[in-house]
Amino acid sequence: MQLYEKTAGELHDMLRKKDCSASEAVESLIERIDAVEGKVHAYLTKTPELARETAKKVDERLAAGEELSPLAGIPIAIKDNICTKGVRTTCASKMLENFVPPYSATVVHKLEHAGTPVLGKLNLDEFAMGSSCENSHFQNTANPHDLGRVPGGSSGGSAAALAAGECTLALGSDTGGSIRQPASYCGVVGLKPTYGSVSRYGLVAFASSLDQIGPMGRSVEDVALLYEAIRGMDERDLTSAQREYEPLHGQLDGGVRGMRLGVPEEYFGPGVEDEVKEAVRAQIGELERSGAVIVPVSLPSTGYALSAYYIISSAEASSNLARYDGVKYGYRSENGSSLEELYLNTRSEGFGDEVKRRIMLGTFVLSSGYFDAYYKRAKILQGRIGQEFASAFDACDAILTPTAPDTAFRFGEHTADPLKMYASDICTVTVNIAGLPAVSVPCGKDKNGLPIGMQIIGRKFSEKTILTVAKAVETLRGGYHSLPQIG
Amino acid sequence: MSKTDYEMVVGLEVHAELSTDTKIYCSCKNSFGSEVNSNCCEVCTGMPGTLPTLNRKVVDYAIKMGHALHCKINNVCKQDRKNYFYPDLPKAYQISQFDIPLCEHGYVDVILDEECHQKRIGVTRIHIEEDAGKLIHDDSFSGSLVDFNRCGVPLIEIVSEPDLRSPQEAKAYLDTIRSILQYLDISDCKMQEGSIRCDVNVSVRKCGSGEFGTRCEMKNVNSFSGAMRAIEYEANRQIEVLESGGTITQETRRWDDHRGQNFLLRSKEDAQDYRYFPEPDLLTIVVPEERVQQLREEIPELPGEKLLRYVKDFGLPYFDANLLCESGEKRALFEEIAAKGGIDLKAAANWLNGDITRILNEKNKTLAESSLSADKLIGMISMIEQGTISNTAAKTVLEEMFWQDKEPSEIVEERGLGQINDDSALQAIVGDVLQKNEKVVMDYKNGKTNALGFLVGQCMRATKGQGNPAALRELLLKQLG
Repeated sequence: MQLYEKTAGELHDMLRKKDCSASEAVESLIERIDAVEGKVHAYLTKTPELARETAKKVDERLAAGEELSPLAGIPIAIKDNICTKGVRTTCASKMLENFVPPYSATVVHKLEHAGTPVLGKLNLDEFAMGSSCENSHFQNTANPHDLGRVPGGSSGGSAAALAAGECTLALGSDTGGSIRQPASYCGVVGLKPTYGSVSRYGLVAFASSLDQIGPMGRSVEDVALLYEAIRGMDERDLTSAQREYEPLHGQLDGGVRGMRLGVPEEYFGPGVEDEVKEAVRAQIGELERSGAVIVPVSLPSTGYALSAYYIISSAEASSNLARYDGVKYGYRSENGSSLEELYLNTRSEGFGDEVKRRIMLGTFVLSSGYFDAYYKRAKILQGRIGQEFASAFDACDAILTPTAPDTAFRFGEHTADPLKMYASDICTVTVNIAGLPAVSVPCGKDKNGLPIGMQIIGRKFSEKTILTVAKAVETLRGGYHSLPQIG
Repeated sequence: MSKTDYEMVVGLEVHAELSTDTKIYCSCKNSFGSEVNSNCCEVCTGMPGTLPTLNRKVVDYAIKMGHALHCKINNVCKQDRKNYFYPDLPKAYQISQFDIPLCEHGYVDVILDEECHQKRIGVTRIHIEEDAGKLIHDDSFSGSLVDFNRCGVPLIEIVSEPDLRSPQEAKAYLDTIRSILQYLDISDCKMQEGSIRCDVNVSVRKCGSGEFGTRCEMKNVNSFSGAMRAIEYEANRQIEVLESGGTITQETRRWDDHRGQNFLLRSKEDAQDYRYFPEPDLLTIVVPEERVQQLREEIPELPGEKLLRYVKDFGLPYFDANLLCESGEKRALFEEIAAKGGIDLKAAANWLNGDITRILNEKNKTLAESSLSADKLIGMISMIEQGTISNTAAKTVLEEMFWQDKEPSEIVEERGLGQINDDSALQAIVGDVLQKNEKVVMDYKNGKTNALGFLVGQCMRATKGQGNPAALRELLLKQLG
């Protein structure tokens, strides 16, 4: 087994025992990237020199006998909508093609502090809007399980890089499922943390009230490890929660015996493929056999969630993305002679179709005369969905659903029909609307050998519970699996 | 019909920059006059991924203003985004407050004239928001540049009810708002630095009509006197339109103070849709009730009340009281003198508004930098009242005790400024002066009564200003028969 195939936990043990150096780990990853990136196209920017530098410092500290933090020397890659000082941060948009932020996101500071070598910046749907990475201005990322298929999105680059062994850990962001759906499609683990548990400072905003940075990895323990490193109050993000967090790493082996796991029928409807339903139900059966108590729960407003989500997220996006006007930074159109033309041409030329679609949708729902009919009603629905989850959690400790209604689809399969693409988020958006944590963990494969993910949703700040369930699923399936054959 | 058949209806929106140490949503200094684009950061320039954090001082300051204007304080309220594109607004939205302002439903009593007639002006709301940057236009380059230094400077917007009926009332209201801001020490109120600005809403209606006419809003009003001119102009414009059979359409106009005219900026149809919605990056503002009360207790006596008290309790004329009230230092010194008492307060006010203000202005100093005290002034004025020194001598005393740690009595003694009241001494001087000015004495006797003044002057000169002029005058009259 090569170093690039190891989990973060395994690498950390090896580093501590001096079975390998951080530099060796980083070199292994860089070689792997060189070998498969031509097929996967997960990276928008590679920073091997930065990674080598960080690894070297970790090795020096190791040599000096210093105790290492669990993430020291563990190679990571970062979704390209998270600001990295001095390294361009494009959001996969022509608009920010050459944008080099003079500051780093809080999570990036935390990684620096931990001594985590950063391999580069990962592809996404432009401004995190999409479910396939096909909305990237720069490139399509391929699913390592089948190069003719999408990795999901918007954190498709993160999921694909993990699945291809091009990084050991990855950061993604999740506004409506953008960590969980690609994790499901690529057979990796992805956690969308409770809203407010990870600082959003430096995450280029899509929908501020829903966005959350989250950890992705090939094992549940890795995800827990990274989550522990990035969570916590940040005085630069007023929406980040001030609270004590419990330790997670090594604390997830409690199993599901006696745990009450809720299953909402609304998430197993006709929009979900049979093979997905079967795999998830089979896994639920396994958990029941392990001692979990399966309870039916009801989330009746689920059917309206997608509409509410697209109204709220697009409304916020239309405002958040208004700053890309060609005045101060980013792309500026050379055409036009008036201020109005500068705005129009810059934004028409700089944004892709999906981003423009959402800006127009969001602008519309906030317009005077329509605000009450759309935005206000969506916010009411948001409150109701939260209430329904709260009552469901009276009856159970966690809720189990499919992560995505399907498995990875082929390039171009959904691009002609935005609504079909939006439906990919049907199982995930409620979690963002209610501000809850949820993790996607692999739970089977379809007939084409494509991964299927199970989503485990918890109460606010119950990451330990849902990761414990996820770990139980992972253990039942024989632990973390080897990388797929690429190509 | 003529102009006098119409009544104007005016409402004002005053924007005041708050004088907090730092900006409203980041830790940049809140200061004026830095080098272009040197006092801004990634937060106030709205760079991708950055987030605002609220400066609580801004909320405190705004609540104080709310108390001063008798508002209801919404101690639970939110902030909203006002979306529009302009190069000086780097996020393309301004964080403001929409439907739930921090303060609302208030009023202020405005003193309209020297007889202290008052009028109550309703205050619709006060909300907090951030200022935008500034565009720089210059002939030395084509296009425009943006200075982001002002981005994120905290503002309060104070919206009045349409209760004002003349340019003079508007000016009185603006003066009152400005002096309240100064009394509360929450704004520099420097018009020339743009730290206080206003938008003007004007409509006209036939006298006696209970309904409002269609209003027009004027932007770019940069001074209070400009506001008066703008209101007068706009009311006349509307009356002319109506008189020639036209109708007023709701629109926004731009005031050009140089030309003394306004111009159409945009009509109602082109009105911007700001697409307000709750700012998701900031939390609901929650100010505990105790804090609201605490801030109420910090409100000092406000200018209107103070002025009326000076007029009523101290018997000062409006003019003197108003001048005193303009300066915090002068007010404080005056009140200390009044508390100690023992002298004529009108005389104290005269010295404060007259020579003391003049000296401070000449030296560009503040009272705090001087050595003046209530006791010194009381000492000086008492000596005048007792006839120990003349007014002229007092000026010398003032100049000397202004900057030096010396008592007025010390100065009088050292410089021999004591007034000569001794009749026998004065008698000799009078005799001498009469002898030397025979011709003038003749003139006086021939009916030129103003010659007396000249003779008093000559006596004063002979006593080096120390003679008691009243006593000298009396002696002269006696001698001249």
